[in-house]
Formats: sequence, structure tokens, C-alpha cells
Amino acid sequence: MYAQMIKSTGKGVKSLDEMDPEERAFQERINAGGKIEPKDWMPDGYRKTLIRQIGQHAHSEIVGQLPEGNWITRAPTLERKAILLAKVQDEAGHGLYLYCAAETLGVSRDQLTRDLLSGKMKYSSIFNYPTLTWADMGAVGWLVDGAAIMNQVPLQRTSYGPYARAMVRICKEESFHQRQGFDIMMKMANGTEAQRRMAQDALNRFWYPSLMMFGPSDKESVHSAQSMAWKIKMNTNDELRQKFVDQTAPQAAYLGLTIPDEHLEWNEERGSYDFSEPDWDEFFDVLQGNGPCSVDRMEARNKAWDDGRWVREGLLAHAEKKRARKMAAE
Amino acid sequence: MSSPESGSYDATEAAPHGKPRATEWPLWEVFIRGQHGLSHRHVGSLHAADAESAIKNARDVYTRRNEGVSIWVVEAAAIAASSPEEKGPLYEPSNDKVYRHPTFFDIPDDVGAM
Repeated sequence: MYAQMIKSTGKGVKSLDEMDPEERAFQERINAGGKIEPKDWMPDGYRKTLIRQIGQHAHSEIVGQLPEGNWITRAPTLERKAILLAKVQDEAGHGLYLYCAAETLGVSRDQLTRDLLSGKMKYSSIFNYPTLTWADMGAVGWLVDGAAIMNQVPLQRTSYGPYARAMVRICKEESFHQRQGFDIMMKMANGTEAQRRMAQDALNRFWYPSLMMFGPSDKESVHSAQSMAWKIKMNTNDELRQKFVDQTAPQAAYLGLTIPDEHLEWNEERGSYDFSEPDWDEFFDVLQGNGPCSVDRMEARNKAWDDGRWVREGLLAHAEKKRARKMAAE
Repeated sequence: MSSPESGSYDATEAAPHGKPRATEWPLWEVFIRGQHGLSHRHVGSLHAADAESAIKNARDVYTRRNEGVSIWVVEAAAIAASSPEEKGPLYEPSNDKVYRHPTFFDIPDDVGAM
């Protein structure tokens, strides 16, 4: 998931009786499946939680370009290069759809960018892992985008209109991403022995970080309960993780690859796979900024922002000059 | 996605990367007309220094998969919008005017298609 550990009010969910009339009307509209639009009244907590969530989601799309951008110049064929380029461009687009959804809540784009660059706002833990081989491009598309889809498909029904609409666009494009990843994995898994080993190695390294994307169990979390009541979170982290494992395990078997979990086993009674939890200490450590690529990622984003400054300012100055010239001519 | 009302996203601190909003390009709303004779439809927004670059950016952000054959951009600040509080006075008067719909009238089957 591209938004992790999002905190809401932390106060627990109010009953309808405890709400004042405005908030009750708001909650009843959500309960009835209605949408909240930018100019509608909304509780402050709803607005702030959504800014954090959509903002983190947008940042993840943008930072998520870096691990894949790493391989554009080294793609094995021209076709693979064009496909990867299109995929990375999509990620930029997804970031932009989400930023503009966040902006409807009253935060500026520059503010969101500054909060990413200063480390105040986070992005998904997954993008702090390195992409060491070409097979990693396969694993990222198949597993990372696969995990993201689990969360994004239900979010198309989220209560906040602009967020739901951004998700519809994103989901349409996301399925291309996962398929191109699986296509790479198929090629590698059915290739030479060295390619097969490379595919297995990519799966080994990306399996647990992908499971971490859903965040730790939140069955007991008051934040999640509030977000679910507001319908800005549609499923618990455990539900989505289970769904991801159930979908992915047979795909790994199809590839002839082994998921690095000796406890992974079909549970007839539950109708689901049993599996091992990832190392949550590692997850929290990565979130703290201690992932293998955390420093690189933030340096790259800060450099891009600083290096782009003259372009932003130059284009703005040019636009102002043109406007002034047009005014003078009229 | 309409332009924001004044928000209450507080407790943010400026990082040492540029002055607040000093270089933020204006927000543009983007409308795209698809290929099948429908009118332009709002698809989202983006930032750009001027109209010309807004159209170029809209092409990259919103038409990567043949979504359209025509783009309109308009500065978000130039859009006037009805407010949710006016919902009642603006839209309720039409609720009781069912005779505006063709299904209000019973036309005998013998008359044929009408």
C-alpha cells in the first residue's frame, strides 16, 4: 500500500448520537454511499487525515519512479526500454492526479513538496529497497504494483469524490503495470539457468517488503476504525495482505519460483494460505529513514527540486513577460 | 477538481527549499473531448506557468492513452462555481415539475412510437 500508518483523530469513532447535526449529516451521507466534494462541510479530522493519506500516496508514486528509473538506460531491449519508460511516466501521472486531489482539500502543491523534502511527510517503505538486477523490474511490477492494486481497487469507492476519481484513473493504468512485471518474470523464469536464478533472487528480496506495504495489523487501531467509518480506508491491512498472498502464491507456482516462506501453506479450512509475517522491526526501521536506499531517495528528490528551480522560476517570469506585453499591445 | 477553499492543514514547517508559494505555478482545470462526439469533460487539474504550457502538460498527464482529441484549459481562479449551500434554492424547484419529463404523459399504445 502506498499510504502506511496514517493517523486519524486517534479519539475513536463517535456514534451518530454523539455528533452535532452537521457532522451527523456528513456521516449519514457517507453511510448511505454518498460522496463528499471539496466545498462540502467536513470535519477537520477528515480533511487532515485525507491530506496525509493522499499526500503520502502521491509522494509514493513520485519516489516510486526512482527504483525503476534506475533501469531505463539498462533495459535489455529497445521494446523493454519503451515499456519501462511508459510505466515510469504513468507513475508520475499517478502522483499528479493524487496531488491535485489533495489540493482540493486546501493544501498547496508546494507545501506538500516541501513536507516530502523535509522528511515531515513519508512515502511507502517499499521504495527504500534497491533494484539490483533486471529481474527486479519484473518483481516490482508483479509484486509491488500487485500489492498496490489490492488497496487501490476498493479505494475507487472511497467517500471523497476527487480521491475516488483519481483512483479510477489510476486503476485503469495499474493493470498494465502488473502485467508488464509478470511478463518480465515469465521471460526470466523460463530463460537460462542464470536468468531463473535472477528471478528467484528478485522474488526472495521483494516478497517480505511487499507484505510490509500493507502495514502492520490494524485490527485494534483506533485510527483505522475512524478511517474505515469515514470510508477513506475500505479494508483492514490483514484482509488486504491475505488477499494478496492468496492471489500471488499460485502465480509464483506458475512461474516455477519458490516464495521464501517455509510456512506458506494452503489452509483448507480457511480457504486461504497461511504465511509468515514479515519482520516488523525492519519495517519500523525503514519508516524511520533507515532503509537501504532512504538517504539516496531523499537526496535524489531534493536534488531534482533544487536543480529544477531555475526552470520553474524562468517559465513563470516568461509567462509574466508575455502577459505584460499582451496587455501593452491591447 | 475545483480550486481549494482556504484549508486548515496546519503545523507544517517550511523546509529550506524555496520561499512559500513564491514559485508555484497557477492551477489550471483541464477538460478533454473524446473521439466519439461527446462534449469536453473535466478530467482534473495541473500546474503550469501559462496556458500554452498547461495544454502541453495536459497532453502528457491526461491523454497518454488516446483519451481525447481536444483539450481545454482554464485557470482555476477564473471558474465561478455554485456553492453547496445553494443546493436547495437552485435545484429543488425542479423536483415537483414532473411534467417536464416525457414519461409524465400516457400515450395510448395504438398511437405508435412517439
